[in-house]
Amino acid sequence: MLQTISLFAPQLVLAFFASQLLSTGAFAKKDISVGIRYFAVGVLVLYAFIGFILGQPTGEAFKGALIVDSYSHYMNLFLGLSAAAALMFSKSFFQTEKLDRFEFSVLVLYCTLGMSIMVSANTLLALYIGIEMQSLALYVMAAFNRDSLRASESGLKYFVLGALSSGLLLYGASLIYGFTGSLEFARIAEVISTGGATPGIIAGMVFLLCGLAFKISAAPFHMWTPDVYEGSPTPVTGFFAAAPKFAAMALIARLLVGPFGDITTQWQQVIIVLAVLSMFVGAIGALTQTNIKRLMAYSSIANMGYALVALSAGTQAGVKGMLIFMSIYTITVIGIFACILQMRIRNGMVEQISDLAGLSKTNRGLAIVLTIFMFSVMGIPPLLGFFGKFFAFVPAMEAGLTWLVVLALVASVIGAFYYLRLVKIMWGDENENEFVEAPKTLRGLAVISALLVFPLLLLPMVSIPAQSLISQAAASLF
Amino acid sequence: MFEGLPILSLITFIPLAGAFLLMFMARISKEDAQEQLAKNAPRVALVISGVVFLLSLLLTLDFDSSKAGFQFVEDTSWLGGGIDYRLGVDGISVLFVLLTAFLTPLCIFASETSIKSRMLEYMVAFLILETLMIGTFVALDLVLFYLFFEAVLIPMFIIIGVWGGKNRVYASYKFFLYTLLGSVLMLAAILWIYNFSGEQLGAPTTNMETLINELKIPGGVQTWLWLAFFASFAVKMPMWPVHTWLPDAHVEAPTAGSVILAGILLKLGGYGFLRFSLTLFPNASLELAPLIFWMSVIAIIYTSLVAYRQNDIKKLIAYSSVAHMGFVTMGIFAFNLQGIQGGIYQMLSHGIISGALFFCVGVIYDRMHTREIAFYGGLVKRMPVYAAFFMLFTMANVGLPGTSGFVGEILTMVGAYQVSPWIAAGAALGMILSAMYALHLYREVIFGEQTNEKLDDILDMNRREVIILAPLAIMTIVLGVYPSLITDITSASVENLIANFNAATATAGN
Repeated sequence: MLQTISLFAPQLVLAFFASQLLSTGAFAKKDISVGIRYFAVGVLVLYAFIGFILGQPTGEAFKGALIVDSYSHYMNLFLGLSAAAALMFSKSFFQTEKLDRFEFSVLVLYCTLGMSIMVSANTLLALYIGIEMQSLALYVMAAFNRDSLRASESGLKYFVLGALSSGLLLYGASLIYGFTGSLEFARIAEVISTGGATPGIIAGMVFLLCGLAFKISAAPFHMWTPDVYEGSPTPVTGFFAAAPKFAAMALIARLLVGPFGDITTQWQQVIIVLAVLSMFVGAIGALTQTNIKRLMAYSSIANMGYALVALSAGTQAGVKGMLIFMSIYTITVIGIFACILQMRIRNGMVEQISDLAGLSKTNRGLAIVLTIFMFSVMGIPPLLGFFGKFFAFVPAMEAGLTWLVVLALVASVIGAFYYLRLVKIMWGDENENEFVEAPKTLRGLAVISALLVFPLLLLPMVSIPAQSLISQAAASLF
Repeated sequence: MFEGLPILSLITFIPLAGAFLLMFMARISKEDAQEQLAKNAPRVALVISGVVFLLSLLLTLDFDSSKAGFQFVEDTSWLGGGIDYRLGVDGISVLFVLLTAFLTPLCIFASETSIKSRMLEYMVAFLILETLMIGTFVALDLVLFYLFFEAVLIPMFIIIGVWGGKNRVYASYKFFLYTLLGSVLMLAAILWIYNFSGEQLGAPTTNMETLINELKIPGGVQTWLWLAFFASFAVKMPMWPVHTWLPDAHVEAPTAGSVILAGILLKLGGYGFLRFSLTLFPNASLELAPLIFWMSVIAIIYTSLVAYRQNDIKKLIAYSSVAHMGFVTMGIFAFNLQGIQGGIYQMLSHGIISGALFFCVGVIYDRMHTREIAFYGGLVKRMPVYAAFFMLFTMANVGLPGTSGFVGEILTMVGAYQVSPWIAAGAALGMILSAMYALHLYREVIFGEQTNEKLDDILDMNRREVIILAPLAIMTIVLGVYPSLITDITSASVENLIANFNAATATAGN
């Protein structure tokens, strides 16, 4: 009994405190959103580390619905911390916009619960429950500024397209169930390895992948991303640019090497197509953007492409490469959004790239930090973004996909153009407006992530243990 | 002398530490002290780069030129999986370290007056740049090398983009994207090699010594990999026809930026050819050498002609740089002692001469804020000292015997002659053309009647400018009359390189 509890302790922590905080908030006489926020951050940090505190127990829970392994521990750690960071940087935004409600913190907790189920899913049913729980919370968060037309539109758009993708996903799941007779990953893998891949299974897998491609906004399922990114309140955008993407990517990896591990050649093609399209749609689409949130949307599409390049290898090294890449990307995105949230002039937030003009004169610290992030996502060494790409592309090279790596590198050169534009605007142009002093949490978060992106993590005493943690996580899938 | 001391790490990272020190000082100092800090930043940077220069001078003196292998090697585990932090120098790289450490303090000293805004940031960028350039020359691990090689783009982009001329945005973008596109192809090749080393040697590694000595890359792939590396080095070098970013970048860059660009960054390409193309892909190098030869000769003749038609002094010198780099590639791909020695010599001497020429342009640009050739004329009457210095460097650029330019060009031509007399003849024609444009420039700017009355009260060089140009002038002459100063240091490594090359191509031939 105790053994089982320790297995799903992370989910338990989240579910328990989320419902507690919800009822506390609902019945409280005064507005206690600030307290709830800090409490929720604490819960998220506890969630992140509880697996490690309990000594990384492994096994299956709920009659095999959930699987707990090094992979899910690593993911919990990352999801918890990035959700906590997002919750922290939303604080000042919601307070100044007078939107601060306790529901936001609760929604983040529920969303994280959904994500933690996703990364531990061991049956198609658990997978679906995780995704829906996460997505429903995200829909509401996207429309959190309910008086704003833009936010409501983005929430609705997200919901409709998300529902469509869930439909695809369910259809795929039903096909798989029909042709294998089971929802359990292990059983599906068994059927495939003995009976081979029938067309029905392949069709089901493709539908599943399409549904999941929506969640990671891989092209050609990316259309919702720019609009939703732009319309949602900025901290919400920052939140779902980071953790949910990582969770969905982790789920894809588990699905591909788990139940479909024996038909690598079949899904490899799908992943390669998604990767190539995403990289180029992202890189080229970003070229003409003027809104920094839309720019980040396209940038995330392109970056999902790079992560898929790693996955397309279909090997343990590929999963490891994806984990390294996505971890670094998540840190960078959190940092970038902590910077974007500082773009506030006296009468409100600004989102145009041109608003950054002359930032190096008016706010040198912010300019330096943002420049570091830009060069990092561009993949220029010695910043960490380069190593993300390096470790993502090595496995693809190992798998003989040299041309894919070359394409990915070319796409990253195209991408460099728009990141450079930001740098140029910050350092080269004359300043038009001055940002108001940003709150300490935001500046702190930006600086911390910049320090993480800076080669600090490359020192051997950090890089080797971090890599062994990730290797262990990747190995547990195989 | 340096037992137990990580001397290469020190030389590499002292400038970076200095940059952090400057930034930290800016962070803690109060609003009213900022101005004072900006004023003192060049002096701090000068001291730091001076220390680096002294250390690298000691390093060169302590370097045992009778040994061919790498010396002062440092090896620490870094990223795992065969990617380690390895530094070391041999006869080929040690002088480039010295050249970098020699030019950087001069640049910093010159910038103290010529840079008008954001002095502190400028100094930080320069110190970071120094770290990255030295790192490129001392790195003994492919990934580490790529890290430094590519990272150079960041400070250079900022130096051109922020402190550049009118058209700086265009120039900095062109510079960045051109070089990035070349480099990513090299990255793809590095990834391939990393993966292949795992297959062939048992464990993947990017240790350059291991790769050079043990890895046997099959013929067909060698060509592809060679081309991928070539894409990167040819752009950096720059070779015709991918040289077009260079004139733009030079024209827009501030004086010190141009000096570093011409003096060091262009040498990264030649260094890369020597270090990687010849050693890792010997058969492909041999096979594709005619391509390089023809590209070099075209570069030498074509860009010399283009240089002759320029109206902008900096552009003219930029094109002449492309021509001179043609000699380097020609020499390197002759695969004989004279050719490669000449290539290295030409790179070092061009680093000094072109750096000096850009400083010379900076002198009159700081006074008149134009680089138009037609604007000047008759400067010899107003600025005799300047005319003398400019004369020396122009002659060195032409390759007059007695200057360092001569040694490099004659050696590379001797090397190329052994392979193909026609190529050497083409290069010799280029030498004549270089005399044509260089003397044309000198005549138009220094001699003739002074027609522009704005030049009436132009002042001759001040003490600072003399201090900057004097060491460069001394080096130009010393290297011109005493070449073995350099060739003694490089010969053991070059001979070893050629021996390995010949061994590799001989076995593959049958």
